[in-house]
Amino acid sequence: MLRFILMRLGKAAIILIAILTLNFFLIHAAPGDPAAVMAGEAGAADAKFIAQLREQFGLDKPLLTQLGIYLKGVLQFDLGFSYRQQMPVADLILDRLPATLLLTMTAFVISLVLGTLAGVLASARVGKWSDTAISTLALLFYATPLYWAALMAVLLFSVYFNWLPGFGYETVGANYTGLRRALDIGQHLILPATTLGLFFMAVYMRMTRASMLEVSQLDFVKTARAKGLKPGIIQRRHIFRNAMLPVVTLAGLQAGQLVGGAVLTETVFAWPGIGRLMFEALAQRDYNLLLGVFFVSAAMVLLFNLITDILYRFVDPRIRVA
Amino acid sequence: MLKRLTTLAAAMLVSTALHAEPVSGGRANVVIQPEPPSLMMGLVQNGPTQMVAGQIYEGLLRYDEKLQPMPQLAKSWEVSEDGLTYTFKLHDNVKWHDGEPFTSADVVFSADVFLRETHARLRTSLEHVESITAPDDTTVVFKLKQPFGPFLGIFEAGTMPMVPKHIYEGTDYKNNPANNTPIGTGPFKFEEWVKGSHILLTKFEDYYEEGKPYLDEIYWHVIPDAASRAVAYETGVVDILPGGSVENFDVQRIADMENTCITDKGWEYFGPLSWMWLNNREGPTADKRFRQAVMYAMDRDFARDALWNGLGKVAKGPVSSSTRFFTDDVTAYDHDPEKAKALLEEMGYDGETVRLLPLPYGETWQRWAEAVKQNLGEVGINVEIVSTDVAGWNQKLAEWDYDMAFTYLYQYGDPALGVARTYISTNIAKGSQWNNVEGYENKEVDDLFAKAAVAVTAEERQELYTEVQQKLVDDVPVAWLLELGFPTIYRCNVKDLVTTAIGVNDGFKDAYIEK
Repeated sequence: MLRFILMRLGKAAIILIAILTLNFFLIHAAPGDPAAVMAGEAGAADAKFIAQLREQFGLDKPLLTQLGIYLKGVLQFDLGFSYRQQMPVADLILDRLPATLLLTMTAFVISLVLGTLAGVLASARVGKWSDTAISTLALLFYATPLYWAALMAVLLFSVYFNWLPGFGYETVGANYTGLRRALDIGQHLILPATTLGLFFMAVYMRMTRASMLEVSQLDFVKTARAKGLKPGIIQRRHIFRNAMLPVVTLAGLQAGQLVGGAVLTETVFAWPGIGRLMFEALAQRDYNLLLGVFFVSAAMVLLFNLITDILYRFVDPRIRVA
Repeated sequence: MLKRLTTLAAAMLVSTALHAEPVSGGRANVVIQPEPPSLMMGLVQNGPTQMVAGQIYEGLLRYDEKLQPMPQLAKSWEVSEDGLTYTFKLHDNVKWHDGEPFTSADVVFSADVFLRETHARLRTSLEHVESITAPDDTTVVFKLKQPFGPFLGIFEAGTMPMVPKHIYEGTDYKNNPANNTPIGTGPFKFEEWVKGSHILLTKFEDYYEEGKPYLDEIYWHVIPDAASRAVAYETGVVDILPGGSVENFDVQRIADMENTCITDKGWEYFGPLSWMWLNNREGPTADKRFRQAVMYAMDRDFARDALWNGLGKVAKGPVSSSTRFFTDDVTAYDHDPEKAKALLEEMGYDGETVRLLPLPYGETWQRWAEAVKQNLGEVGINVEIVSTDVAGWNQKLAEWDYDMAFTYLYQYGDPALGVARTYISTNIAKGSQWNNVEGYENKEVDDLFAKAAVAVTAEERQELYTEVQQKLVDDVPVAWLLELGFPTIYRCNVKDLVTTAIGVNDGFKDAYIEK
């Protein structure tokens, strides 16, 4: 087991370096450079000013040298400096990480729990009106563009009913502490987390429903029925547990994306997370910051893949043997 | 009738009375967009930085709506008769936010050392300066090499912010840790910045002007999505939307809300003028007749009314009407498709497609590009819209890879500061989108701008600038669009927010909230 994990970690490190190198070239291949963007923001610039900036960013060095410097830094756990934000990249990312995790984890839990429940419910009532209703709703969630859903949610619950705050992480300037603050953040969390969770909720629901129906046709379920077990027990112990395998795979995939944040949701809801940081870095060609965010999210995807694989070996004995 | 008049007069009296007595206290909630990269205004001069940090840092002067200088850190000033010596007398009880006294040594350090290294726009103006000296603690003398007409116009906070000598002298300015906690002399001091969420400024109790500022604190809310910014105002989270905070198509709806006021004042110093770069080097746009045809083909009144809510003015030429030495005694380009067609016929335009770059600053600009495409299509010009993001747009312009491209630039109150740079041939250089990007070369125009900048009297300057405006308008080096009107939207009980030529950028010094 230890050997397996070590081997996987070694592979992951190599993949990570490869991803970084690829990202590095892709970013530099895009038109535009950070010195020009920053000069543009200053509203005026002469050649000297831009040259100063390029020198400061190290952009005047050959591309391969820049890559070498960057990779060397990463190996020493230094993600570089964001010249636009005037802060170390690692600090910027760590600063935004809690907000992103709170949002994505909540969305993850909401979508996984509600989606799976709805799926189980629908599979137990195949063809009845409740199944149709759930399936239709799932289709709707699946097909609705996130941006639109977010705006409509704000319009309805925030502007029209005035039930929930429409954006932000907490009430700015209220200076709440303790439980009051937690409640305040919770209130702000409802709309973005639900909106973000809608799509995966639909996916889990459809996956669970299909998987449950498939498993319920298998021979061991027939055997259980023939033994005279109660339908509820068969549903829970036999069908549900087996039907969960593809859902776990999917959850692993979604979990890997948690740290990458949610660009659209964070933008519409002014949520101070990593997704927005990445989007801004992209717009400003803030290379170091962009690479830093990519690095962290790639590392997370790899990590969660590893965790999923390890979990599998525990959950499903067949894989361990193979 | 008489009664109505009396009531109206009484109402006006009441409002003047209220207006005359500012109340202390309260909090302003303002939108800031996009989030500024830094608040150290001596290092970063982009729009949002100037808006927030303009309350923290100050210049020697401010300017009223007519661009006349007003006292700020300098309480008075004198200009010698030969126009070469400018003497400023400073307030003597000014403190930095950390308690240190502000003196003339700070002015010399800021202007002569710090900003010469960091401030690209100011650096160009300072080339006219021979020496900056401080005979005593409250006197600063600028000696010029030759007269420079716009000199008194470069002392506003965004152009020449005063930075503390005791913090920056001898340090690596860009990496000084103090940049994260900016120290100025302004009415508000830096308190907190939660990145991605908000910036908090609080009242500076030791401010040198008795009783000011009135507000206790200013919260700047960072809200990245334009629709969400509109919602923030509608739901009462913010009370002030500085120009450009919401999409133009939302402006009318919000302005119609109860207790909501709107003004397009407070941009006179910047005089934002929009135009389309026309590539003078190659393609159909190299032909003057084609460029004139573009001017006649565009329905600019429509663009102002439909896309800009009727705010702003149709541009007469290269100089904005709020900028000094503007003249409207130039050839007028009214919407006249027939004239445009005739000009195209005369030059023998063969229908070659021209590429148009919209400004990637949001929906209004995209729609504007489409409106122009339609206008030009009506006279037979084939236009292809090429979309990019901001970085790509910068690069395409800097490398002259375009036929027509939207832009807008600030004028800074004087043609020598914000107009000449676009048209003089010495300013043709790849790598920047803020110089003579169109590639227009005219020796006469070069000479006129050069002479006008150093002419001593205003009359002389007016004469020269009138001539250069007439020449440019005939040549159409770029296609002028509108003097943009950026609306500041705010609750009507916020008073005296926009009183100067830079509006919100230094407006919170005087602003108060009526109870």
